[in-house]
Amino acid sequence: MDSIDTPPVAAVYRKYQDGILPAYNYPPYASSVKRSPRQPLVPLRQTLSELTAPRFVPPEALSPINLTKGPHGDALGERILVSGRVLDEDGRAVPGTLVEIWQANAAGRYLHAHDQHDAPLDPNFTGCGYFVTDRAGRFAFETIRPGAYPWRNHYNAWRPAHIHFSVFGPAFATRLITQMYFPGDPLLPFDPIFNSIRLEAARNRLIASFNWDTTVPDYGLGYQFDIVLRGSEQTPMENKP
Amino acid sequence: VTPQPKNPESTADAVAETHLPTAYQTVGPYFKIGLEAFYRDDLTGPNTPGQVIEIVGSVIDADGVSVPDAVLEFWHADSEGRYQEQPQLQPFEGSFVGFGRVPTDADGHFRFRTIKPGAVQVHTPARQAPHILVSVFLRGLLHRLITRIYFSDEPDNADDPVLGSVEANRRNSLVARADPSQSGRYTWDVFLQGASETVFFDL
Repeated sequence: MDSIDTPPVAAVYRKYQDGILPAYNYPPYASSVKRSPRQPLVPLRQTLSELTAPRFVPPEALSPINLTKGPHGDALGERILVSGRVLDEDGRAVPGTLVEIWQANAAGRYLHAHDQHDAPLDPNFTGCGYFVTDRAGRFAFETIRPGAYPWRNHYNAWRPAHIHFSVFGPAFATRLITQMYFPGDPLLPFDPIFNSIRLEAARNRLIASFNWDTTVPDYGLGYQFDIVLRGSEQTPMENKP
Repeated sequence: VTPQPKNPESTADAVAETHLPTAYQTVGPYFKIGLEAFYRDDLTGPNTPGQVIEIVGSVIDADGVSVPDAVLEFWHADSEGRYQEQPQLQPFEGSFVGFGRVPTDADGHFRFRTIKPGAVQVHTPARQAPHILVSVFLRGLLHRLITRIYFSDEPDNADDPVLGSVEANRRNSLVARADPSQSGRYTWDVFLQGASETVFFDL
């Protein structure tokens, strides 16, 4: 009720500890050099503007979206079931937040005009979707395991398989865009984007884990990917299940 | 067939545990397929109170070249300086929410139409001049850049605590210039690097 006149949260979000956020200027990722600032960032005290964000009503029941069904039939490739939760640093669920995902198809090609990789498009796979987390911060979707693909960053450069995630969270301060990787991918040690994160534990957080419990017999492998947003210094007044 | 997460009703199972936050990664060159569904370049509607404004500009790299694959997100208060706090049933449908998302075009330009936000003074220790929060995403940026847009025709700017925290000779990068030839039109560019580099914030 009348939440416009009520502080949304009595909270200030914690700083990221060193080694989690990649440097803006990271020469191994060639595109960063001319597209990143050189001046130091100016500290910004969190005000109401940074502590608010668009919020959404969590769905009553978890209803997984399915990217594998196209207009003419099933998408090609290995079906996988991805599920997880959006949490904060203290393990509190982040309900009612918008998550957007996008990825390449099984052959490593995006449905994007600028992607000219010589690999086939799949008429039954767009590779994108969105959902709102439920009251427990949960989400689940079914998709095709994306393929690796070459890029021009350096000689013989290949991106490891990944799914892009965009998450709003409860405040402008918690907005996050990241990538989910797959366990055991041999390309990870060579990838400058993954390795732009200095802290090994923070890199590993971006790797989904195989989940036997969500693996469906005779159907597809389950992967677990939890997304952890910045925590707040005080207990939010909302955000209770 | 649906995935069934473990502990479906457990919402507070790890309250005591501190989790490491998930790191940022770049949006890459193909964000359009994922973010296009919620592109929002016009937040005005027939029942939205306030002055209609349009902000136009470019995103410019170290060589002075416009960036054709950037996406800007905007977050701002309504004309009374209030933030939309009611959760929406369907993302970005219906009444004014205050969230915009605009990609740059092939020439590196963007255009955002909205209503001018009011000064923010509720639940904030110091009155803030009308402003828009901006997140900048693009290939080459490993995490977002955060900046603000103020308006050159607002007398409140002189007392704004955030503008006041920025070196005087860099403040202009945060101020959209009113177009004298067209009421409600402002120009504001993002300089990623170089002599005119925009002020970006550590939030």
